[in-house]
Amino acid sequence: MTKPKLKPAAKPKPLPKARKQLPKVPTGIQGLDEITGGGLPKGRTTLVCGGAGSGKTLLAMEFLVQGALQFDEPGVFMAFEETAEDLTQNVASLGFDLNDLVARKKMVLDFVYIERSEIEETGEYDLEGLFIRLGSAIDSIGAKRVVLDTIESLFAGLPNPLILRAELRRLFRWLKKRGVTAIVTGERGEQTLTRQGLEEYVSDCVIVLDHRVTEQAASRRLRVVKYRGSTHGTNEYPFLIDEDGISVLPVTSLGLQHIASTDRISTGIARLDSMLGGAGYYRGSSVLVSGTAGTGKSSFAACFAEAACRRGERALYFSFEESASQSLRNMRSIGIDLAPWVKKGLLRFQANRPTFAGLEMQLTTMHKAIKDFQPQVVVVDPLSSFIIGGNTIEVKAMLTRLVDLLKTNQITSVFTSLTPSDGGRTQAELALSSLIDSWLLLRDIESGGERNRTMYIMKSRGMAHSNQIREFLLTDHGVELRDVYFGPSGVLTGAARLTQQAQEQAAQLARKQEVERRQLELERKRKALEAQISALRAEFEAQEVETSKAIGQEKAQETQLAQGRADMGLSRQADATANKAKGNLK
Amino acid sequence: MKTKPAEATSDTFVLRLYVAGQTPKSLLAITNIKKICEENLQGRYDLEVMDLYQQPQLAQGEQIIALPTLIKKLPLPLRRLIGDLSNTEHVLVGLDIQGKT
Repeated sequence: MTKPKLKPAAKPKPLPKARKQLPKVPTGIQGLDEITGGGLPKGRTTLVCGGAGSGKTLLAMEFLVQGALQFDEPGVFMAFEETAEDLTQNVASLGFDLNDLVARKKMVLDFVYIERSEIEETGEYDLEGLFIRLGSAIDSIGAKRVVLDTIESLFAGLPNPLILRAELRRLFRWLKKRGVTAIVTGERGEQTLTRQGLEEYVSDCVIVLDHRVTEQAASRRLRVVKYRGSTHGTNEYPFLIDEDGISVLPVTSLGLQHIASTDRISTGIARLDSMLGGAGYYRGSSVLVSGTAGTGKSSFAACFAEAACRRGERALYFSFEESASQSLRNMRSIGIDLAPWVKKGLLRFQANRPTFAGLEMQLTTMHKAIKDFQPQVVVVDPLSSFIIGGNTIEVKAMLTRLVDLLKTNQITSVFTSLTPSDGGRTQAELALSSLIDSWLLLRDIESGGERNRTMYIMKSRGMAHSNQIREFLLTDHGVELRDVYFGPSGVLTGAARLTQQAQEQAAQLARKQEVERRQLELERKRKALEAQISALRAEFEAQEVETSKAIGQEKAQETQLAQGRADMGLSRQADATANKAKGNLK
Repeated sequence: MKTKPAEATSDTFVLRLYVAGQTPKSLLAITNIKKICEENLQGRYDLEVMDLYQQPQLAQGEQIIALPTLIKKLPLPLRRLIGDLSNTEHVLVGLDIQGKT
């Protein structure tokens, strides 16, 4: 919010950037302070103009009420159109208790009654009466804020516009001199911003409100046309009037400055996680799940939401086609029971028809819900239902803002989108592609008289991801990715996959049997060989025995021969040589 | 309001002139209304001049925006004449006394 900074006394540059801005008064209206960079110019007059029913009075009233409640700045509301009683009743529905504020001297309500038929002009006049009246009201409570709603009624009630114009000019000067921050409302004119050209007098800050109907859905918008001495958001911002007053949605004012997390979170489908580099989506990324009717988009989204709840995170589920209980029932049929998480307060469903309100209104309600629930995970199911006719540009604008908001808050989002069954990309998808970080495409494959579901990852920024087309089943325990089987015509699905699976199993069995057979044969051969070896060995052993026997006999014979010769020698008394030989032999 | 029962006849004019200070416009208005009353309503009027600077709360109470304002409280209907009352014809029309002269 604004700090009480010094006024830029001497401007160093003609365009002093948001550094030394003029002092501002916060309005306390959600979003408006962001657009205006802190609020309305302090001590100056702001013109709020718009058509009938565009919310001028309410904006002005909330400015005073918030001022009194939040910032301790009492205010004076001078009404030219509604009586104090009517005003009090009208804003009571927004939770503003004016009677209480008046009683606590935080607010003065003054209804200015002008009845043209009672008035006769008899000469020169001025509006000093109004000044005195306003002055005494300001003094009575020390007001810092003033609202004049709608001062243009004076032109209808009093004669002589020339005098009125001069007096209004004096009034705005006077308000500035009093140092009050004022809002003046004005009815939208044909060519000019206001019917009486008030913008000529109030030139510091001009806010235009608009209430337009497109495709039978009304949306309110706010635009800061002019803000002298300050930078401000210049776009048209949608705003909402609901039970909490006004909230303006300034999402596009944010730059691309969100921090990209490296944290990864599960998709809720184990094998999909591994397809996405083994870890799932990045936290804070935006995921699009698109596919034809009945391909299981919502199931993917529900898996994701459930996984988030399992981690103890909060998930917000925007459902635009099914009621909460229908979603719960349908997801239960595939084994995803979300009801306990709803009961625990971790999961919240917000279901309404997309035609329930205009896009901006939808966005604002979503914005509010997100702000309120503070989820880590958001599901929008489906996105495509927003596209009615040729409003793709608006849808994209809305999504940009939504994605911006989600990313800034590090919320991971899953959007589902229905695509036509001819396989073409919808306009919405093309428009969205640039906003989406991870894109899962779900497809039907019709073959062999059946329809099977497949999916692949179209893109996934910043991570290695599988390029395979995978078949998946919606089982009674969630989404399951199947093994991949290839046939001659690509990935096999359904019955073809089962056949292939069976064939492969049969082939495997055959191979196994073959191996076993060979092992047996080998064993048999070894045994045969071993038998041969042992037979040979036996034969050899037999020969060995025989041979050694023969050697023994030979030796014995030789000994006997030698003995015989010696004995003969002795008996013949042979020479010593013979004796020696005999000794040698021994 | 402050009128006495005797004055509450159709003939009596109860007039309140609201001004802010002693500006030329205020003084002119006072002079004008006094003259008109004397000339047209002699003895049948009750004129009071109020200075809003002295009683600012009257501005809200009497629903006064423009000054000077002359309010004809009686006879009914209530009429407001704004301006310095220098257009005598308009004043007489505003006070519904034109035809009586």
